[in-house]
Amino acid sequence: MTMWLDTTLVSLALTSVLLLGSSRLTRCIRIVAFQGVLLGVLTVAAHAHAITARVVILAAAIFALKALAFPWLLSRVLRGADVRREIQPLISYTASMLAGTVGLAVSFWLSARMPLPTPPLSLLVVPVALFTTLAGLFLIVSRRTALMQVLAYLVLENGIYTFGVGLVEGTPMLVELGVLLDVFVAVFVMGIAIFHINREFDHIDTEQLATLRDWAP
Amino acid sequence: MSLLALLLVPTLSGIGVFFVKNDALRRLVLVLAAALHASVVAATWFFPPTPLLGGWLLLDRLGQLVLSVTSLLFLAAASYAVGYLRRERRAAHQDFEEGLLFTNAPEATFTACLLFFLAAMTLVTVSHRFGLLWVAIEATTLASAPLIYFHRHHRSLEATWKYLLICSVGIALALLGNFFLAVAASAPGGAPIPLVLDDLVRGASHLNVPWLKAAFLLFLVGYGTKMGLAPLHTWLPDAHSEAPSVVSALLSGALLNCAFLGILRVQQVCAAAGQAAFGQELFVGFGFLSMAVAAVFIAGQPDFKRLLAYSSVEHMGILALGVGLGGAASFGALLHAVNHSLTKAMLFLVAGNILAAYQSKSAADVRGVVHVLPASGVLWIAGLFAITGSPPFGLFLSEFTILKAALDQGRSGVAIGYLVLLAVIFVGMMTAMLRMTQGTPGTQRNGAPVPEPVLATLPPAALAALVLILGLYIPPAVRGAIEEAARLLE
Repeated sequence: MTMWLDTTLVSLALTSVLLLGSSRLTRCIRIVAFQGVLLGVLTVAAHAHAITARVVILAAAIFALKALAFPWLLSRVLRGADVRREIQPLISYTASMLAGTVGLAVSFWLSARMPLPTPPLSLLVVPVALFTTLAGLFLIVSRRTALMQVLAYLVLENGIYTFGVGLVEGTPMLVELGVLLDVFVAVFVMGIAIFHINREFDHIDTEQLATLRDWAP
Repeated sequence: MSLLALLLVPTLSGIGVFFVKNDALRRLVLVLAAALHASVVAATWFFPPTPLLGGWLLLDRLGQLVLSVTSLLFLAAASYAVGYLRRERRAAHQDFEEGLLFTNAPEATFTACLLFFLAAMTLVTVSHRFGLLWVAIEATTLASAPLIYFHRHHRSLEATWKYLLICSVGIALALLGNFFLAVAASAPGGAPIPLVLDDLVRGASHLNVPWLKAAFLLFLVGYGTKMGLAPLHTWLPDAHSEAPSVVSALLSGALLNCAFLGILRVQQVCAAAGQAAFGQELFVGFGFLSMAVAAVFIAGQPDFKRLLAYSSVEHMGILALGVGLGGAASFGALLHAVNHSLTKAMLFLVAGNILAAYQSKSAADVRGVVHVLPASGVLWIAGLFAITGSPPFGLFLSEFTILKAALDQGRSGVAIGYLVLLAVIFVGMMTAMLRMTQGTPGTQRNGAPVPEPVLATLPPAALAALVLILGLYIPPAVRGAIEEAARLLE
């Protein structure tokens, strides 16, 4: 089962790199949806020694939300907005992918310096989780469309979840489902906000959200 | 049972108001739910509630303090909201800053979100399971975001978007902190310690220290974003100034405390593990930075609601500083949290009255408040002196306690820096806000008094009275509770 786990983790890291170099928003939504599928697989693979009802419910909930509900919701938002591509990102796609490779190296270096009290399921868990988290943070600050920022938030959340599923045993179901519910409502509320942004500004470029400041230029 | 009631009253009435068509009835439900919540909270002071879910939901002194302030402010805000919503019932408004027309969000949604917001904050104060605490803090963000976008124009939308995104990302980092804490608690050989506050405090000596420190950092950055500690405060002035005043009062007075409580919970674990000093140094640093940033932005700030928002950043800095110094200063910080909440909520409610009468957020446009709005004008002056820490108000006492603790510990550098920043902020606030009360009202006003409904002045007046009482005499029961809460942080 370690093979399954490692394959999923490597795919997760690769999809994050792919996302860093993608500009078409439908493609970005698909990549994040695929990450949702990977997280569902990861949940099962991490608990392969004892697959209980709890694991199955959790994996199913993750799959339903991250691979089906979110992509559907965000595609709907995208259809409403007259935009197909990310607009002139603050950091170009090539530079972003380059930064991603550096980030991957940094994640491996960092994780080697964080000795775990108990041996992890796979040595890839910490570096991949860190890398995905960093990729999410990087995308949030470097992309301009509101939709892309929500996708980046999801990637960040995926990275954190990877950390949890790979390292932490016995998180209670109530907490896990509570976290999922929060993320669901967060994406839902953000989706509504994007709908309003599009109606108000005729665009979903967050650079236009710059009226509020302390000193008028 | 009372814990369950505290959570269910706002949740169920929140769901209920969605289906109420009649505006007056819906407002009545809001006030009744707030009053019921407040009376159950009051009852917890006499009859300690039984823990629920095997100790996951538990009301200790620290939680009770924050919960009581939250519930009280909500009651004041709910009463104020009745008059506010009645005023706001027009179909479309003229935006006073840019002259655009805009509508309001449906009142049912607004009321429901207010009640869900209360439910989420209640859950924050009673959660002893770290995962549940996280869920509750994120839920406060989600319930309050639609409240900021009540006036549907592009500025409030911008504020909502920044609030949602920045706070969600910050809180996501706190989730990583949760997992780090879980790693710290999974000692080799032996069962992992469950992530319940009391278990962690009891088994603190077995925690893995480097991971615990890393977890603390993530919690501090994550919940610190929500608390508005500089340099993570960027969303706060926008959200607090663009939200309707009644929401600003809750965001500043109640929500910031809840985020602070989240950080204090981790500090409790660190202190039990013998790592209190690590967190305290960080608290002092973030505290000073927040006060300094606030001082810079308060000086010359033209918008009086943003001024109040930056003042919140300042006071969050003071809270962090107080907890960072520890000992008597922790007591001062908790007392200050209570005082600040009451005063800031009251000021935002009064700011709402001024805004309604003058239709401007610019301090330069507002003149002669004491003539046009006599009651609000007097409250504004009182609140101004209170928030800047002048005697005889409660904030003077709590700020002085922190100063004295710093001097007693021989940290004169900290004391001097603290005093200088307080003085700069005092001057900045006074020059901008005192001028609003005097002088002749501008051209659009002929200076005749505007009628002030009781619902718009009584809630802030009651809060002002409490701050004054706390400055003159702290009831022994309250003092004992705050002392007990402060001991939890040692």
